[in-house]
Amino acid sequence: MASGAAPQTSSEYIAHHLTNLKLDLTTMQIDSHASGFWVLHVDSLFFSIVLGFLFLFFFRLAAKRATAGVPTGLQNFVELMVEFVDTQVKDTFSGKSNLVAPLALTIFVWVFLMNFMDLIPVDLLPYAATFVGVDYLKVVPTTDPNVTLGMSISVFLLVVFYSFKIKGAGGFAAEFFTHPFGWKLAPVNFILKMVEELAKPISLGLRLFGNLYAGELIFILIALLPFWAQWALGGPWAIFHILVITLQAFIFMMLTIVYLSMAHEHH
Amino acid sequence: MNINATLLGQAITFAIFVWFTMKYVWPPMMQAMQERQKRISDGLAAADRGARALNEAREESEKLLKEAREQAQEILSAANRQANEAVENAKTQAREEGERIVNSAKAEIQTEITRARDALKQEVGTLAIAGAAKILSREVDGKAHADIIDDLAGRIQ
Repeated sequence: MASGAAPQTSSEYIAHHLTNLKLDLTTMQIDSHASGFWVLHVDSLFFSIVLGFLFLFFFRLAAKRATAGVPTGLQNFVELMVEFVDTQVKDTFSGKSNLVAPLALTIFVWVFLMNFMDLIPVDLLPYAATFVGVDYLKVVPTTDPNVTLGMSISVFLLVVFYSFKIKGAGGFAAEFFTHPFGWKLAPVNFILKMVEELAKPISLGLRLFGNLYAGELIFILIALLPFWAQWALGGPWAIFHILVITLQAFIFMMLTIVYLSMAHEHH
Repeated sequence: MNINATLLGQAITFAIFVWFTMKYVWPPMMQAMQERQKRISDGLAAADRGARALNEAREESEKLLKEAREQAQEILSAANRQANEAVENAKTQAREEGERIVNSAKAEIQTEITRARDALKQEVGTLAIAGAAKILSREVDGKAHADIIDDLAGRIQ
């Protein structure tokens, strides 16, 4: 159960599991107690990039080999995903864009893979990491708000970009000042719209983070039980979690499509 | 749970991955899938066309068969008619020929009879002259009295 050398208390064990492997960019030192903005969570980025490459590798492989003939194996699976995402995009997104569908596909598969790290036994990778001298390791990138907010803010920037592009500065401003109460209450409209817009990336990022963080925490708590009792809670929770990780990836993707669809709409 | 530069790192990674998917994953997949879709729809259309062509061909062949049967029937009846005519003609010809032969035979017989009768008349005339000569003994000159003999012979019918 323990990954450190010294015996741990439960709270130490949990705290240890919730601490990222940090790189202090100001000193370029690995320091898991570093604070401030210029700190990188090396473990989050490492796993997110590895999983992203995994996704890109297999999908690129399938895309390279894609034929119009009878699809087999990998191509079949990839086509299934592509078709699923494409259907969602076509159903929700009314405009024409080359970006939205690939974006949605990337989000869905990548977020799913990052969430999937949650199903790997909580101690396995951190324990393995101790052998290569890494003391702290958080293996689920989506339990790091930096990761989820990094994605949701990127989506938000895209939304802003497309709002400008489609509606023009005037249209975008009009949307801020005239809805929902008309010109007379422009400041109120502005404040309401501002809250509404800012709530998008924050809720998008924090929803994913919160779900996965809570799930991870429960896995950690289950890991505190005696080993012979863990399966009774860990099993059902893991099975339930298969649903959660898929659902959260799907929600993140769908909301991205919806937000971008709203950015493309004229009023 | 502090917000730090990881966020930027993740955003940059995200942008690169999305760009890659947009450029190298999505278009070939979509193209292959659309191509297959087109192929399938083409195949279905071709199958439809084939079925329709088959039906048409079947109808055509039935029509041709029917026509051929009718034609054969016509030819057969024409041939029958012709054969009947030929038989009829042959019969008429045979009858005519027969009649002609019979007629010519009759005519021949008639001439033969006439000739025989003439010869007989001649004979009888001669005989009569001979008789008369015997009776009159030399008083009758056969040559001088030929006209009388001929007259006699002419009377014998």
